[in-house]
Amino acid sequence: MDYKKPKFKEKYENFIGGKFVPPVGNEYFENNSPIDNTLIAKYPRSQKDDIDHAVIAANKAKEAWGNTSAAERASLLNKVADIIEANLEEFALVETCDNGKPIRETLNADIPLSVDHWRYFASAIRAEESSMSELDIHTVSLNLKEPLGVIGQIIPWNFPLLMLSWKLPPALATGNCVILKPAEQTPSTATLLVEKIADVFPPGVVNILHGFGPEAGKPLASHSGIDKIAFTGETTTGQLIMQYASKNLNPVTMELGGKSPNIFFNSVMDADDAFLDKAIEGAVLFAFNQGEVCTCPSRLLVQEDIYDAFMARVIERTEAIIQDNPYDVNTMVGAQASNDQYEKILSYLEIGKEEGAKVLSGGAASHLDGDLANGFYIQPTILEGHNKMRVFQEEIFGPVVAVTKFKDEAEALEIANDTLYGLGAGVWSRDAHQLYQIPRAIKAGRVWVNCYHAYPAHAPFGGYKKSGFGRETHLMMMNHYRQTKNMLISYDKNKLGFF
Amino acid sequence: MNYKRVAITEAATSILDQLKAKYGDLIFHQSGGCCDGSSPMVFEEGEMYLDESDILLGQLNGINYYMNQDQFDYWKHTHLTVDVTEGRGASFSLEIPMGVRFIIRSRLLTPEENSELNN
Repeated sequence: MDYKKPKFKEKYENFIGGKFVPPVGNEYFENNSPIDNTLIAKYPRSQKDDIDHAVIAANKAKEAWGNTSAAERASLLNKVADIIEANLEEFALVETCDNGKPIRETLNADIPLSVDHWRYFASAIRAEESSMSELDIHTVSLNLKEPLGVIGQIIPWNFPLLMLSWKLPPALATGNCVILKPAEQTPSTATLLVEKIADVFPPGVVNILHGFGPEAGKPLASHSGIDKIAFTGETTTGQLIMQYASKNLNPVTMELGGKSPNIFFNSVMDADDAFLDKAIEGAVLFAFNQGEVCTCPSRLLVQEDIYDAFMARVIERTEAIIQDNPYDVNTMVGAQASNDQYEKILSYLEIGKEEGAKVLSGGAASHLDGDLANGFYIQPTILEGHNKMRVFQEEIFGPVVAVTKFKDEAEALEIANDTLYGLGAGVWSRDAHQLYQIPRAIKAGRVWVNCYHAYPAHAPFGGYKKSGFGRETHLMMMNHYRQTKNMLISYDKNKLGFF
Repeated sequence: MNYKRVAITEAATSILDQLKAKYGDLIFHQSGGCCDGSSPMVFEEGEMYLDESDILLGQLNGINYYMNQDQFDYWKHTHLTVDVTEGRGASFSLEIPMGVRFIIRSRLLTPEENSELNN
């Protein structure tokens, strides 16, 4: 079954204090679909005044919400999961329209995974216990986890509903109120979600505001009325957000991208079997989600003695990718999320070629017919070169992989770790020793071993080096949204004897 | 110094002039990876904490252009031209509300440029 562009209202509003409210300045921005560059709808161009209202609403709600039982909060999180699941197709279609990713991805990955993250944190908060120590026969130390209060969250456009579903559930499960700003390129599924869950949480617990970074993002990140900011984005904005947070002595968590190596040792070609087939697909996963993934395996490292044979298979598989209308269920690679993203990727293809990288596949824009002619499509591209080239060092955020060869384990590690980033990595081998030792030596927060691009709940995800800090998609994220109350209790009837 | 590391197109200069008129003194900072990264970001001067780890690449229309030292090590063999394109790039860069995005176009430094700038 194929799909088409869904229907939208002419304009949408912010969701503050349990109500849909227009922006104070009454200004809106137009949001277009990257599939054909046509208008989706208008969204609020919020300013500091709007953020102020949300901060007031969230602060008003925080005490009562923070005192609800874990059972009550978990039940509401499960309700959200059920609502998304019951409307899975509608969410998938809106997400595809807004972001440009193929419908088979939103139907099978983005939306079902989102559902699961809500359920995971609903379970995690129920199963948790505080800790207690008897320090001596008369003295007990009790550690209770308390919510921080009001959390600001700024999320990116590459997995709009999924990033929301990584961020909101752990903050809500732990009893915080949240003000979330979706990316301005992809405001639609966050809006669809609050329309469907408007009555689920008490007013002020969940607030969604739209707008531009300098006008709405900065006032949120720097607001003295919030208690923490969580951000996914890039390094310069990350530094600015930490600066703003430092003024309020607020904690931050950030996920800031990467340039992930995907390493293939020669044993993958010991047999032409199902595992080799899986490994080849693993190399081609650079094109997944149009390469717009923080952990895109954008550096392909292949051992030299299998390089030619392995790359022939990788090129063949890459050229079999179907890039077409994202609403078609057979389409594997869709549109880049925006024009500036599209232009940036093309500029990287140029500098790559100028630096001497050899184009093994793709290497240009993809011109589709009809309505899609105005959309933003790039051919899945393989560039061959060396690790000092800029296409090996910078996150292109497109369906572009830079491939190089290595001699042995030492050289593989040297290349893999020669990067500013440390978010993800992949290691592929049939050698059991390599499968443990190589991942341990890679400086990255997530190393996929004989797999790639899996993001299940209960496997912590986060960065080393300039890729940030904090671990999402795992119950340890709950502590990033809490503070510890230590009650130190004396059961001794006798005085100290000091005074 | 005969050669420069950075340049700017006319279209980008025109956007920059509008931002200067609105905000006053500005700086460029070249961002690193992820969704909206690898792009030149423009901020009000003093907005971003800079120190000796931020390399001054040059001036564009009177505006300092910085890049972090770590990143500079990987970029220093290339010449950068700030251009502008339509788009809705998310970040705190000041041109975003105008519906445009600054973008970098790069080329290799010539051997002459390289020997002067990188020695």
